[in-house]
Amino acid sequence: MALQSSKRVSTWIGGFLLVLPSIAAVAIFVYGMIAWTVRISMTDRISASVKEPKFVGLQNYTNLLSDTRFTHAFENLIKFTFVFIVGTTIAGFIMALLLEKGIKGEGFFRSFYLYPLAISFIAMGTVWNWLLNSNVDADAGGLNLLLQQVGLGFLQNSWYLSENGAAYALALPAIWQMAGYVLALFLAGFRGIPDDLREAARVDGASEAKIYRFVLFPQLTPTLFTVLIILGHVSMKVFDLIIGINGKSYVTQVVAVYMWESTFDQRNYAKGTAIAVVLLLLIALIIIPYLRWVIKQENENR
Amino acid sequence: MSADLLEKKVAPMANKRKRSGKEQFWLIFRYASLIFIWFLIVMPIYVLVVNSLKGIKDVYLVNAFDLPKSLDFSAWPVSWSGGEYFSAFSLGESMTRTLFFVVQSSIISAIIGSINGYIFAKWKFPGSNVVFTLFLFGMFIPYQAVMIPLVQLVTNMGINKSIYVLVMAHVIYGIPICTLIFRNYYASIPDELIEAGLVDKASRIRIYLSIILPLSLPAFVVVLIWQFTSAWNDFLFAIFLTGGSPKLAVATTTLNFITGSSNQVFYGLNMTASLIVSLPTLIVYIFLGRYFLRGLLSGALKG
Repeated sequence: MALQSSKRVSTWIGGFLLVLPSIAAVAIFVYGMIAWTVRISMTDRISASVKEPKFVGLQNYTNLLSDTRFTHAFENLIKFTFVFIVGTTIAGFIMALLLEKGIKGEGFFRSFYLYPLAISFIAMGTVWNWLLNSNVDADAGGLNLLLQQVGLGFLQNSWYLSENGAAYALALPAIWQMAGYVLALFLAGFRGIPDDLREAARVDGASEAKIYRFVLFPQLTPTLFTVLIILGHVSMKVFDLIIGINGKSYVTQVVAVYMWESTFDQRNYAKGTAIAVVLLLLIALIIIPYLRWVIKQENENR
Repeated sequence: MSADLLEKKVAPMANKRKRSGKEQFWLIFRYASLIFIWFLIVMPIYVLVVNSLKGIKDVYLVNAFDLPKSLDFSAWPVSWSGGEYFSAFSLGESMTRTLFFVVQSSIISAIIGSINGYIFAKWKFPGSNVVFTLFLFGMFIPYQAVMIPLVQLVTNMGINKSIYVLVMAHVIYGIPICTLIFRNYYASIPDELIEAGLVDKASRIRIYLSIILPLSLPAFVVVLIWQFTSAWNDFLFAIFLTGGSPKLAVATTTLNFITGSSNQVFYGLNMTASLIVSLPTLIVYIFLGRYFLRGLLSGALKG
């Protein structure tokens, strides 16, 4: 086969040389920088005044475990992730379910459902800051005002300023932004199911509800898997959204925000890099199996 | 490509027979739900728009949802120029500068992506699949994991106040996704086209330039839009690599703008500024949304 990489160097060397600059860039700036980050995280470079950092092993990591600010940020991240993943998956799935059969105006609805993905969270921070304002009753604006107007005034709350619910409240804007992504993935999933499957079930006299439950939904399991992985890794990285709405405030700090604060305000590079490595490990834990799965699928389809 | 599936025509009603009562009910139910969701999704942008038309001082939380009593565009020029309220920096200047660097980095990214994509799809070398997988992982990493050495590097080189640092960052960290989009696109081009070229003794580069490149327009649009949107909306690189200098990238300017540099916060200006910085990506989305969607699905490895 002419296109397969053959053993003769002259057939592939040209292409290899053309990609070499990119390989070098990724090797240095992705993998090299990660290695360097790990290295800093094992030194005592805890402030700008440390000129010659010494190796301290895993001390920065064990320090994180007893750092209540870190555990607080981590707890917030878990809370946020839970509401964000559940909320976005359900919202996106419902949207796909409403559209999948085809309906007049589908293009219109779909375009609007997806527009939040094109906007920066820093810019939307202003609006969400208002929508999630904590004023209630007569002073209320934003969602609290809307809740009053539809007769659900008892649901008013202080959103991201509440003591326990802050991290949950910030999942709302994230759901607003990412639901369209899930819609697109599920819609593509639905449309990828051969029509014959549905027809065959119908001929067999299955009800519509049963067709969904026993024929269509099982076909969407791989899509659901993709959705969960993508949302999971997006959630671990959440940063702009939090900064845009509530800045560095302690109550809504997540891991990425705490990393930023440690790096810039305290100039504690040792702590900053240790947090970054924890974040990387969390993401690698879900992304590496996903990559293997995608590649295996691709090879099977070939 | 999954994105094609979205465009697949689905007949709204397969046959023209009269709908049963039950079907009619579900159709109404679906429309009602779709419209309800539509309102929820549009609400934040509605709040931005109405409050940007209420002038500078007449904007209060309690009437956030009210339409303006009369159209007052006075917040627009002030937000753009900074004026007496934000003399330290001007959103307009920052946007122009950002546009300049974002366009540059998108074009460079697209060219690199196209060449890499061709090689990973049609001109493989031993181990190219492994290299490609390593590229893919680079797409998902949290950039925090490379940021501190990067900050040290640009600070030591004395280029941490330059906009070109951001161009380089977006180009380098954009290599994986741009390569992926082009590679998947080129993989769908039949091998026979290339074999025909080889039989005619054309070189691989000749084949790329005269056969592959002319077919690449859709992939170029996808990559350009993707890189444009992500670089424009980027906050992480901007805040780390330029030390949050409010004069460089638009995201950091916006943050400085909305958190207010003076003691008093003018909501009218905040809302208007947020809307103005969102316009470039929104306009791109409105006209080329289909291509944006392809980029998105590629990001999930579902392109």
